[in-house]
Amino acid sequence: MGIAPEAQVETVAPHEARSPAGAKQIAKDSLIGKRIAKLDAPDKASGKTRYIHDMNLPGQLHAKILRSARVHARIKRIDVSKARALPGVHAVITAADVPYQRPLGVGKDHLPLKSDRVRSLRDEIAAVAADSPEIAAAALKLIEVEYEDLPPLFDAAEAAKRGAPLLHEGKEGNVAMTFDYAHGDLAQGEAESDVVIEDTFQLHYVTHCCMGVSGVIAEFDAAGGLTLYSQTQVPFLHKREFADVLGIDPGRIRIIQPPIGGGFGSKLDIYPFEPIAIFLARATRRPVKLVFTREEEFAVSPTRQPVVLRLRSGAKRDGTLTFREVETLHDNGAYTSWGATTPFVIMQTISSLYRVPNCKYHTSAIYTNNPYAGSFRGYGNLQGTFAVESHMDKLAEALGIDPLEFRLRNAQDPGEVTGQGMHFKSCGFKDCVRTVASRSDFQRKHREYRAQWGKPGRYKRGVGIASMLHVGGGAKIYPSDGCGTILKIDDFAHVTLMTGASEIGQGSETVLAQLVCEELGVPLDAVTVVNNDTDITPWDVGVHASRTTFIAGNSAIGAARKAREKIMAAAAKVTGHDAAVLDLRNGMIVLAADGEAIMPLAKLLRSLHFSDKAELVMTTHYYEPPSQHQDKGFKGDVSAAYAWASQVIEVEVDTETGIVRMKHVWGAHDVGRVLNRLGIEGQIEGGVVMGQGYALTEELVIENGATRNPAFRDYKLVTAPEIPEMDISFIETLDGEGPRGAKGVGEAPAICIAAATANAIYNATGVRIYKLPFTPENVYRALHAQGACERSTAGSGQ
Amino acid sequence: MSPKVEISFTLNGTERTVAVAPDMSTLAMLREVIGLTGTKYACGEGECGACTVIVDGLSLNSCLMFAADCDGRSVTTVEGVVDTPVGERLRDAFVQAGAVQCGFCTPGMMVQAKHLIDSLGASLDREAIKRGIEGNLCRCTGYVKIVDAIAAAAQPKE
Ligand code: FES
Ligand code: FES
Repeated sequence: MGIAPEAQVETVAPHEARSPAGAKQIAKDSLIGKRIAKLDAPDKASGKTRYIHDMNLPGQLHAKILRSARVHARIKRIDVSKARALPGVHAVITAADVPYQRPLGVGKDHLPLKSDRVRSLRDEIAAVAADSPEIAAAALKLIEVEYEDLPPLFDAAEAAKRGAPLLHEGKEGNVAMTFDYAHGDLAQGEAESDVVIEDTFQLHYVTHCCMGVSGVIAEFDAAGGLTLYSQTQVPFLHKREFADVLGIDPGRIRIIQPPIGGGFGSKLDIYPFEPIAIFLARATRRPVKLVFTREEEFAVSPTRQPVVLRLRSGAKRDGTLTFREVETLHDNGAYTSWGATTPFVIMQTISSLYRVPNCKYHTSAIYTNNPYAGSFRGYGNLQGTFAVESHMDKLAEALGIDPLEFRLRNAQDPGEVTGQGMHFKSCGFKDCVRTVASRSDFQRKHREYRAQWGKPGRYKRGVGIASMLHVGGGAKIYPSDGCGTILKIDDFAHVTLMTGASEIGQGSETVLAQLVCEELGVPLDAVTVVNNDTDITPWDVGVHASRTTFIAGNSAIGAARKAREKIMAAAAKVTGHDAAVLDLRNGMIVLAADGEAIMPLAKLLRSLHFSDKAELVMTTHYYEPPSQHQDKGFKGDVSAAYAWASQVIEVEVDTETGIVRMKHVWGAHDVGRVLNRLGIEGQIEGGVVMGQGYALTEELVIENGATRNPAFRDYKLVTAPEIPEMDISFIETLDGEGPRGAKGVGEAPAICIAAATANAIYNATGVRIYKLPFTPENVYRALHAQGACERSTAGSGQ
Repeated sequence: MSPKVEISFTLNGTERTVAVAPDMSTLAMLREVIGLTGTKYACGEGECGACTVIVDGLSLNSCLMFAADCDGRSVTTVEGVVDTPVGERLRDAFVQAGAVQCGFCTPGMMVQAKHLIDSLGASLDREAIKRGIEGNLCRCTGYVKIVDAIAAAAQPKE
């Protein structure tokens, strides 16, 4: 087909515009809900995708960071002269060599390069840029540091005590952050209660274990502009933050994100290694690449927030909840990253997962000399749900009510506005609960397994249920929770969608392309998504809070609808049909009624382009969700939609070894609407197994501030033979604000697993465990400590 | 710096001669000397399988094998795997089954899957696949769709 010859506006009668083959008919087709393969999958499966580790710029140097050898000390002296003299070394920098650096991260409480004091073993003291990583590593060994030890604090409760040494000046009581929330009248709730229970839950350190280790490449152009090849999940916020930390104009920072080897929240904050690479690039005037080893990744990456959570709950004899009171203590580590703010999410589960008329919540994050916590898929919700759903089981038991009935009696309904001000416009909670219960035959199994308590047998089966509430339509915690889109269609009807939303492996790129196809009636291979360059893509707040499909999806739809309007108006003019009777299908302008093809979209676009008006179809859209900022008391409708899920887990407990096997997971998710079935199943399966690791196998062992197991050998991820059977159901509540009715799902599947597992272990053994993870050692101890082993294996003779 | 050793071996069907440091790993040689970056580093300690290659019919962690030990052998990486009929089937199956998320484990999974299909053929059921990829870690997918993909590719079309 020619290009230029169709230069004039074609004012042809309808019949003349028909394809030569005659009245070809195109049926209306939709990609929504289908199993759509990810656009980036072929390259990834062929080993062609270039991650940051695979990129090398001409003239590039390699950087390594020297970290503190002491958990808490004053730096008396640093001597880098021998390192500087090593052949192949181009720069060695310490805080003294950096002309300008400002504190970074969520708490703005540490400098990229520490100057006079170190507060953890991950503290950055010096850095080297050299011809190779090996030379840089050798140079680090030549740097001499003299320390004067200061008393360390490894226990948050101790650090909070009066008289404990202060880790940061002006931070009285070593308090990094506190959250207080309340609704209703706690005393009244307590007075109305027939049952009150109180327990303390202990949640451990785990870490993201992205398969692609952390890395960055920094390069300055001759005019002083910085290009950063970064794995960040929040490029636009980081552009600004880098500018603050480095003292440079944000307008001269360009962030390009090569494909990212896993995020899960780990790349939501700036960490010192990034500014350090930039300092080195500036000092050497060469591109500088800094990539972690796996050991570094374990030892210096952020963790999930460890929490000690004390929960009191009450209920009436008729099974209604009366109150909940929570106090949590978070080990903040030496500095404040996103982990300190996870109480914000825990609070939502406490206040609003079930109807609780009276609620009080106090948390504090306390500085210690331990590793600091970042954000991690679920963001506090795994911790909060573990406690709340353990208590739901306990309350039900104390009241003598079936655990399923008890939950349904207190579950939220559509339309409800909670004490915290969350408005559940769409809510499939009860359907989720009923669906997993019936698919797993929960009630029968729960009764039968319980009847086995005290009977002979080494292996005990149990089922447990847990549910979760999470934001599903963004979370308005920044001044804007929006996302911008630029859409252009070329002369061949190929669509380029430029979106602020990053792809971190979760499949957002494919879902956005689908949504555009849906509006513009073009095939999937006619869409290219550009999503990784701040010089090109419009602003977005970042990949977090399960928001991308919802927010970026609505933004993409907005831009596509504007393009469609333009196209339809032109089509009406060119074909002589009323726009209302026309449709776009498979790259053709068709008659909506019978799908009769009238003319190719590409031809129409060219006729528009090469007309007197010389128009291109290019549109922009910025979507801001209709959610609210919460007030100082944390009240307000923070998300445009809320996601729900319930999971039932069946376990087998080996009472002689303490080994818990996860046999089966049934999940029901209120996702609003399934957009890409393949993608959403993948998110859920991956989340379930990540939750399984959190519940059963993973623990980052921190002793005296040091990470004792910085290797996969000792930090046990779930492997393929251990995964449970999974049965996943979707509850489609068609959210009114969601893109084609969809809500976010990214974090949901990991959230309930530990809680449901705790309930299942109890159902199997009669022993409730309040401390994660359920490793054989911990489970064995718990079974024996309570004498449960004798109870459950009595007379087994095995 | 230690003197380099010259080695010759077959890489993805082509004869190669390269000079490598005696302590260099096969993984580093592939990525840094030869420039084939499909083979990934994710631990360097034989614990994750991201660096899996096939050497003389055995699947190995290239991070644990000295480059010098490739001398005289035949090495296949993911780039070579996708050039074979089984590899093509695997790639299509990984794409269609949704077995790829961040994709960082995927090349290692592809190579291991090729090895499993070559050595076990049609007897490769789901349990055997799970056991066969036990040494390959994936943080994104929960393995379900990877198993689906390998199971689909193990059955020749028709
Ligand atoms: S990089 Fe070789 S096994 Fe992990
Ligand atoms: S797809 Fe990300 S590690 Fe497997």
